[in-house]
Amino acid sequence: MIGITSYGAYIPRYRLPLGALGGRRAGEGGPEKAVAWNDEDSVTMAVAAAGNCLRDFDRQRVDALYFASTSYAFREKQAAALVARALDLPRDLHCADFASSLRAGTSALRAAADAVKAGSARCVLVVASDCRLGAPGSGLERNSGDGAAAFLVCDADVIAVIEAAHSVSDEIVDVWRGSGDTFVHSWEDRFVVQEGYVPRTLEAVQGLLEKSGCAVSDFAKLALYAPDQRSHATVARQLGIEADSLCDPLFGRLGNAGAAFAPLQLAAALEAARPGDRILVANYGDGADALAFSVSDPVEKLEPRRGVSWHLERRRPVASYDEYLSARGMGTSEWEAPAGPGLSATIHFRDRDNDISFRGQKCNGCGAVQFPVQRVCETCFKKDDFEAYRLSDRIGKLVTYTFDYFFPTPDPPTVVSIVDIDGARVHIQVVNCRPEDVKAGLPVEFEFRRIHEVGGRPNYYWKATPRPASD
Amino acid sequence: MARDGIRDKVSIVGVGCCQFGENWDQSPSDMIVDAAYEAYADAGIENPQRQIEAVFTGSLYTNAGPHECADALKLFDKPVSMVSNYCATGTDAFRYGVMTIAAGMYDTVLVVGYDKPKDRGVSGPTVMMDGVRDLPKTPAGWFSLCAATYFEKYGAGREDLARIAVKNHHNGTLAPKSFLKREITIEDVLNARMISWPFGLYDCAAQTDGAAAVIITRRDLASQFRDDPVHVKAVTIRSGPNPQKDPGNDFLCWKPNGWAARDAYAQAGISDPRQEIGVAQVHDCFSLTELLAYEDLGFCEKGSAKEHIADGAFELGGDLPVNTDGGLKTFGHPTGATGVRMLYENTLQLQGRAGDRQVENPKLALSHNLGGHPTACGIAILGRD
Repeated sequence: MIGITSYGAYIPRYRLPLGALGGRRAGEGGPEKAVAWNDEDSVTMAVAAAGNCLRDFDRQRVDALYFASTSYAFREKQAAALVARALDLPRDLHCADFASSLRAGTSALRAAADAVKAGSARCVLVVASDCRLGAPGSGLERNSGDGAAAFLVCDADVIAVIEAAHSVSDEIVDVWRGSGDTFVHSWEDRFVVQEGYVPRTLEAVQGLLEKSGCAVSDFAKLALYAPDQRSHATVARQLGIEADSLCDPLFGRLGNAGAAFAPLQLAAALEAARPGDRILVANYGDGADALAFSVSDPVEKLEPRRGVSWHLERRRPVASYDEYLSARGMGTSEWEAPAGPGLSATIHFRDRDNDISFRGQKCNGCGAVQFPVQRVCETCFKKDDFEAYRLSDRIGKLVTYTFDYFFPTPDPPTVVSIVDIDGARVHIQVVNCRPEDVKAGLPVEFEFRRIHEVGGRPNYYWKATPRPASD
Repeated sequence: MARDGIRDKVSIVGVGCCQFGENWDQSPSDMIVDAAYEAYADAGIENPQRQIEAVFTGSLYTNAGPHECADALKLFDKPVSMVSNYCATGTDAFRYGVMTIAAGMYDTVLVVGYDKPKDRGVSGPTVMMDGVRDLPKTPAGWFSLCAATYFEKYGAGREDLARIAVKNHHNGTLAPKSFLKREITIEDVLNARMISWPFGLYDCAAQTDGAAAVIITRRDLASQFRDDPVHVKAVTIRSGPNPQKDPGNDFLCWKPNGWAARDAYAQAGISDPRQEIGVAQVHDCFSLTELLAYEDLGFCEKGSAKEHIADGAFELGGDLPVNTDGGLKTFGHPTGATGVRMLYENTLQLQGRAGDRQVENPKLALSHNLGGHPTACGIAILGRD
């Protein structure tokens, strides 16, 4: 049996009320979309979703990582390798990026299942994450959202068996982003829907039904990618999907999360799934993918994890459209973004275990945990006798703090703190924390984030965030 | 090691200081010349080419190295070295000079501290981003990390810090070469825009340009220069762990302060600093830095600073006046110059030449720098015979 063994999701906390688009005033309670903040991108969201997916799993078992996204800061430089390092996965890992298509997430899932089936991998981590930008005033700005979903595809403890898959491919210039383009372009939306999205999605689903011998009514849940609410309804109607079988596409709460959109709906379906359920996922982009899953018994034994519903509950409204523009690099600024060669690549390389994997060390002499890695023990002065100690999945405790108004951020002040992690002390920013909620002793967990953009490229490190009381 | 090895072996015979401020029309060389030539005149040196044997210079922001000072003063064919130790640079440059004289290497040495931060085009510290994990570097953010913990434990607050700023603003009005000469109120401090909690604008030192110089010589030669030389009783530097990664740090004090004070008092033979020291210049990059120094240097018990502040103990009329020239707060803080500027002020105080801010008959004068995260403390103690 090959299929999904675990899942996790990440949806940014910040929610932009759709009523605020264009700079209007918006009240609470209306439709909104999830937006990645200035220190988030497809990589940071992928690390968060994957961390949730890997909860209670031995990371050493993962032998492949597929990263799926249309939005990544580099045209040449692998995202999967960065995500793997941030997750502190084993080095003998098969890493690959699935890019350039909104189908990247489902393509990666299919490839993962095939790899496990072929015996070339036993445990593949698939992360779909996207952070596309719609031009101010465009339909995409209104309909899009940001998020990530992660799945472990394995040959044991499978909660959802991949039963069948069907893909169709087509060449169409309907939605695209050229190299160097900031915003997603789209041809006239009626063309996109009538000649692209609707017929190709129907074609892929029909093909899947023929292959699997199932009818639409055999599926407890059907997760459909859609560019907007209306075309989602069109496909659902044409397929004859009953309302209670249709996965909520989350327009008005999350928004179209690009390559992560269908995977996020799949993650949401798995949260509520019972053994025996069938789930269908359809995804679109230069053709369409359709996948059929059958939910199996281990689903009831999987510990609850941070999935879609958990993240949808956790929200923080964006104060204004200007703040959103500033967070996404669309605000006006006195200075151009810093260019030049940026940080020393050699320092970055030497420090990657500290900075990317957030690894400290534990002294074999006195047992003290410390950060960063250093040759001589901070406590007992023993030399070169340490074992690696991962801090990223530990719980920290705030020792002291300040609110720094000098930091470049769309919403000052920045909470900066000293955090104690099992005895190690780390100087670290605290995100998603209002100054009035900060106090010594506050338990915190850690999120991989952009720390600065020197040299015009993202540089990543970890930030602390208050640990949710419910967890 | 002989802890009192340096005491009374070296004397200051000349001091100089340029006008501190936003010296838009002055280069580093201009300020170095102002400070050094004032010190020459103060020491009665008419032929520096012959009379100055070595130079120790300190600067944090320059990238020109020791030649900047050598070229400004045309002191060639001499040993000229540059010292760098964060905000303790000035005291450390002085320490090198003192040690070389004590070791018998040279008779007369010039120490010059200077910095020119206002050429950088930013107000306040540059937000630097050197390493991948380094946060944007904002010293206010580092030095404020003791505030939440200290306030919580000892019940102090922003008002106690504000009194320090008000005091230093007052003292600055009495120092001719200070940058800011404006009295402020506690309300001004509390209502100023926030920089890094609990530091508002007036809790932060004024970063300025400036240069200061002292001329030191063998004690037995000092009377050839002046009849009122002051003598070096102690000079020390202590390194400390980076408090941001130091396991178990309680964030109630800065460790290097206490370590340097212990060493300095041992060198100078001081057992009761509050009673024996007559005047002190302590590092007040931020108001809390000065408060912690009161306690870490043994001027009062840990946790009691706010009562002594309220009593006016550290004001000009108090029993231990601190930062008599306005300190970093209003005299200004050109990083490399600051420690040397403190020696300039302490020398004037010991010689009774401090004008309207003169402290009554001090016997011993302490100066203190704290630099880095903070990770280094420098202390110098001067005295009369």
